[in-house]
Amino acid sequence: MEKSVNYGDHDDLNLEATELRLGLPGISSSSDIGYEKQSSSASTVVVVRNNKRASPEGIMTQESSTKSNSSVSDARNVGPDSHHQPLAKAQVVGWPPIRSFRRNSFQQKKTDQGDGAGMYVKVSMDGAPYLRKVDLKVYKSYPELLTALENMFKFTIGEYSEREGYNGSEYAPTYEDKDGDWMLVGDVPWDMFIFSCKRLRIMKGSEARGLGCL
Amino acid sequence: MQRMACSFPDEVLEHVFSFVQCDNDRNAISTVCKSWYKIERWSRRRVFVGNCYAISPDMVIRRFPDVRSIELKGKPHFADFNLVPDGWGGYVAPWISAMAAAYPWLEEIRLKRMVITDENLELISKSFKNFKVLVLSSCEGFSTDGLAAIAANCRNLRELDLRESEVEDLSGHWLKHFPDDYTSLVSLNIACLGCEVSFSALERLVGRCPNLRTLRLNRAVPLDKLANLLRRAPQLVELGTGAYSSELRPDVFSNLSGAFSGCKELKSLSGFWDVVPGYLPAVYPICCRLTTLNLSYATIQSPDLIKLVGQCQNLQRLWVLDYIEDAGLDAVAASCKDLRELRVFPSDPYGPEPNVPLTEQGLVSISEGCSKLQSVLYFCRQMSNAALMTIARNRPNMTRFRLCIIEPGTPDYLTLQPLDVGFGAIVEHCKDLQRLSLSGLLTDLVFEYIGTYAKKLEMLSVAFAGESDLGLHHVLSGCEKLRKLEIRDCPFGDKALLANAAKLETMRSLWMSSCSVTFGACKLLGQKMPRLNVEVIDERGTPDSRPESCPIDKLYIYRTVAGSRFDMPGFVWTIDEDSAMRLS
Repeated sequence: MEKSVNYGDHDDLNLEATELRLGLPGISSSSDIGYEKQSSSASTVVVVRNNKRASPEGIMTQESSTKSNSSVSDARNVGPDSHHQPLAKAQVVGWPPIRSFRRNSFQQKKTDQGDGAGMYVKVSMDGAPYLRKVDLKVYKSYPELLTALENMFKFTIGEYSEREGYNGSEYAPTYEDKDGDWMLVGDVPWDMFIFSCKRLRIMKGSEARGLGCL
Repeated sequence: MQRMACSFPDEVLEHVFSFVQCDNDRNAISTVCKSWYKIERWSRRRVFVGNCYAISPDMVIRRFPDVRSIELKGKPHFADFNLVPDGWGGYVAPWISAMAAAYPWLEEIRLKRMVITDENLELISKSFKNFKVLVLSSCEGFSTDGLAAIAANCRNLRELDLRESEVEDLSGHWLKHFPDDYTSLVSLNIACLGCEVSFSALERLVGRCPNLRTLRLNRAVPLDKLANLLRRAPQLVELGTGAYSSELRPDVFSNLSGAFSGCKELKSLSGFWDVVPGYLPAVYPICCRLTTLNLSYATIQSPDLIKLVGQCQNLQRLWVLDYIEDAGLDAVAASCKDLRELRVFPSDPYGPEPNVPLTEQGLVSISEGCSKLQSVLYFCRQMSNAALMTIARNRPNMTRFRLCIIEPGTPDYLTLQPLDVGFGAIVEHCKDLQRLSLSGLLTDLVFEYIGTYAKKLEMLSVAFAGESDLGLHHVLSGCEKLRKLEIRDCPFGDKALLANAAKLETMRSLWMSSCSVTFGACKLLGQKMPRLNVEVIDERGTPDSRPESCPIDKLYIYRTVAGSRFDMPGFVWTIDEDSAMRLS
């Protein structure tokens, strides 16, 4: 159908400030989208080249605030200093349109290991007759977890330092990660730790000291 | 004619009117003559207020002096997606205060997207002696303390439904406040609560309420406690489980399976958080009776889903995650011939790439196999005009069609064209379409189709679509039944809005955010249309500090007979006829 209604020009509207395009939000210039418009006699054909983005490296973090009020114009001003490719979907407020309750359920799901309620891992202590289990989700930080382990097995862990591991005791808390390697507890951020920890082992004696001297 | 109308005594007319429940019909009755107006208003028992700011509590009470049931809606729909800043409004307090004085016999309060406090809940519990039904859908502002007041004081309570509200969890002990001699519970929905409720209190409550038919538990209720609850309430019709996970143990399984089998009336299942697939067969015995199944929190894979849903031949409503995949939807199309409503939610909405093989094909299969399909909500990552046209031709009986293609501006993946003709086919073939949500790459053409064909459309949601004001003009001038229009991130500006100002008084509301509407146009609209509230929502500070041509952030326009509201926060500006800018 012919467009018969003419609204005139839009000079007075100053649309530059919130210039809207048919591309993805978060893109700073139209050259990124490869947007072409070809007029033909019958209709206007709009071709948008599908510009796939490379996946971000590392763990994708998402603003988890449920009451975030940032507008879309903030999303468009993605700084050049960010290490990841701009994640348009994660930064556009309210898109995709999913209710808070469901969004929050996703957040919780991502921290579950998917094998049941809670995030229970086995804890073994060298010399102890049987193993225990702890729910990692219950703790919010390393000090909380270590205190709980100390209480559970009645021992003391030393002071953690990046340089020397745990000093001041003959015990060292270690964990087996997703790759099957035994790692010292405390090196990585807590959130990363609970994702990757498969089981805990409290090493004792010479083995522990060997680890602490690395 | 007038003599005939007066020849019936009032009691007879009132009795006749009591058979007419629908609001529109009762409104029509009240316009026949003064006598009928009077009788009707005294006998109206149920009032629905679709926008709590469209009218004041006093006006409702003056018109209808003896109401027993009220339903109120507050914030605009886009508040569900965090587009309405905190503190915007929707406070129920003035309504509760006014009704506490005027309606001592009030029995039912249903609220949606409103702010209700513990004080309000306490006032409800103490003011209405015969209070029976409290439904709080997507509400906020209260804690478990408020629930304790309701439990303690509402002796005749039948329904307590907290549907997806945000509740501050202070303690699970509120449930203990139901007195020991309280037995009238019919429906309890606490699925949204985060904390553990006192389980023994819950068990005793369930055990002593013989009329309980709906029980929606929260995630914190463990699976191994579910069997006991079910055995105490074998008459349940609707059940929402808690976390559906536990170490796989044969005794727990057989106990659960037996308990489910004992529930001969069960028609609706939901919950299923953290599902351990090994426990799903416990519900197989009742699948053939199910009409509603909500698996939208169940993170199980397609084969398990297919095994479950394949047994639900009488299913009418299915909500599920996209883990079901196209293959699973093929199976649903083959087994669930009575399906009326399908909702498919995304398991990984923020991931950059598709994580499951769920495409437009699944929806096409459903449209082919399920002849009664009327209502669709579908999240996916690719769509084609051809698929939409097929769906439209298969299902002209569709009344609700909401499609969300996750990446904004996605074109037809086969042709790279906009999806205008696909959605055009939907509105052209589905002549009774009441609700539509658009997504994908769309030009002004789709709005031309909507304006031309969607004559029964009542609600339209638009995002990242269109090219010019012409698009908005098509919708406002063409959709005769339009009541609610919500738009975000579209290049629509002043011209279409001002040209269709009169239309806005025939609608409940219009929402426009991140569009191109200027403050100048808003002021003009506010001045010329006294029966509209034109609210400019802008957290950047007063719109006067920017040029009049600068686009505003968010705009909410609604018709009202109550004038400007008095509870606006600092970031909401409204303009009325004396052309002064009103701040709250």
